[in-house]
Amino acid sequence: MKIAVASGKGGTGKTTVSLALASVAGTDALLMDCDVEEPNCHLFISTEQQREKVYGLMPVIDKALCTSCGKCGKICQFNAIAVLGDNVLLFPELCHGCGGCVRVCPTGALKEVDKEIGEIGGCRKDDLSLIDGHLSIGQAMSPPLIRAVKNHGGKEKYIIVDCPPGTSCPMVTAVRDADFVLLVTEPTPFGLHDLTLAVDTLRELKLPMGVIINRADSGDDKVKAYCKAEGIPVMLEIPHRRDIATAYSRGEIMLQAAPELSLMFRKLLKDVENRVSEVKK
Amino acid sequence: MKIAVSTTGNSLDAELDQRFGRAPRFLIVDTDSGNVDVVDNVQNLNAAQGAGIQSAMTIAGTGAQAVITGHCGPKAFRVLSEAGIKIYNTEAKTVREAITLYSDGKLNAADNADVEGHWL
Repeated sequence: MKIAVASGKGGTGKTTVSLALASVAGTDALLMDCDVEEPNCHLFISTEQQREKVYGLMPVIDKALCTSCGKCGKICQFNAIAVLGDNVLLFPELCHGCGGCVRVCPTGALKEVDKEIGEIGGCRKDDLSLIDGHLSIGQAMSPPLIRAVKNHGGKEKYIIVDCPPGTSCPMVTAVRDADFVLLVTEPTPFGLHDLTLAVDTLRELKLPMGVIINRADSGDDKVKAYCKAEGIPVMLEIPHRRDIATAYSRGEIMLQAAPELSLMFRKLLKDVENRVSEVKK
Repeated sequence: MKIAVSTTGNSLDAELDQRFGRAPRFLIVDTDSGNVDVVDNVQNLNAAQGAGIQSAMTIAGTGAQAVITGHCGPKAFRVLSEAGIKIYNTEAKTVREAITLYSDGKLNAADNADVEGHWL
């Protein structure tokens, strides 16, 4: 079962929740950090990581074969190719690596070459296993690396996916094949605003979801009112506590500081499981 | 000679848009005939990325030999330069003011992009 932990707004507690969920699931779980632009789960599992390089495909042009027909520039949806007279300009930093240009080129002037886009890391400490992605500096396109991280999932009972914030391509790539999405938010106007964007995105993707309110006793009640009105279950409320924040800043998993919350996370895992089996019925 | 000027309006007295890639329109002013054409750039206004590149391609298609705008980023600059189009940066308020400055020789062609992409 794949559980994605997403948010909309950044800094609401996706990593905190992902780590806590993965640690209550123990050896049954694989934690996947798909926030490849700034992966941070590994900071909480402070042990040596095995890394391997990941390559994406980028077009290169053989000008001798190019007839300047312009087909590559027309098919590119990302404005990464400009055909000007008999000159073809490539902008690799805009390329999403879809390969469309190579397929429409009638003379074989374009071909794809490997370009390093980042690294995949893996580590294990006690019962916790992690796979994560680290996007190369200067690389702007994270979805190919996110897909590569997701391909590393095995037969674990639970795969917990720590997603990137926002609602654009990286987030969509990370949540896409989840059985259930947990949206972590905070009870503030900003938290609520971005939660509504994330909810709209997940509805578009037809994914079942529930909400976790972090720092629940701060802010106001508008997130709860919104969830009630929209029929979205609030599955967990995490209290706003200094000892939890202190533990996080020291690189400790929340449950180390607040072991009494373990029960809540075990129940959360069960609740998610029940909802997934309901959906499957 | 044809000169493209980024603008939010439709006429010579319209405001000059400081943005190149995401300007809603370009006025193509023919300094010989005095003819003025309006070229829409709305598609680029909403482009997720590469708006400057597409704007530069649009300008190249109009046959303009110069662009007057507020600021021009590196990718647009590369395309315009490849197309042999000169870029002039100005703080002029209107299209007419920009054309006058150009005609009076008060604008210098830029050697480089003067801003990073997404500067706004």
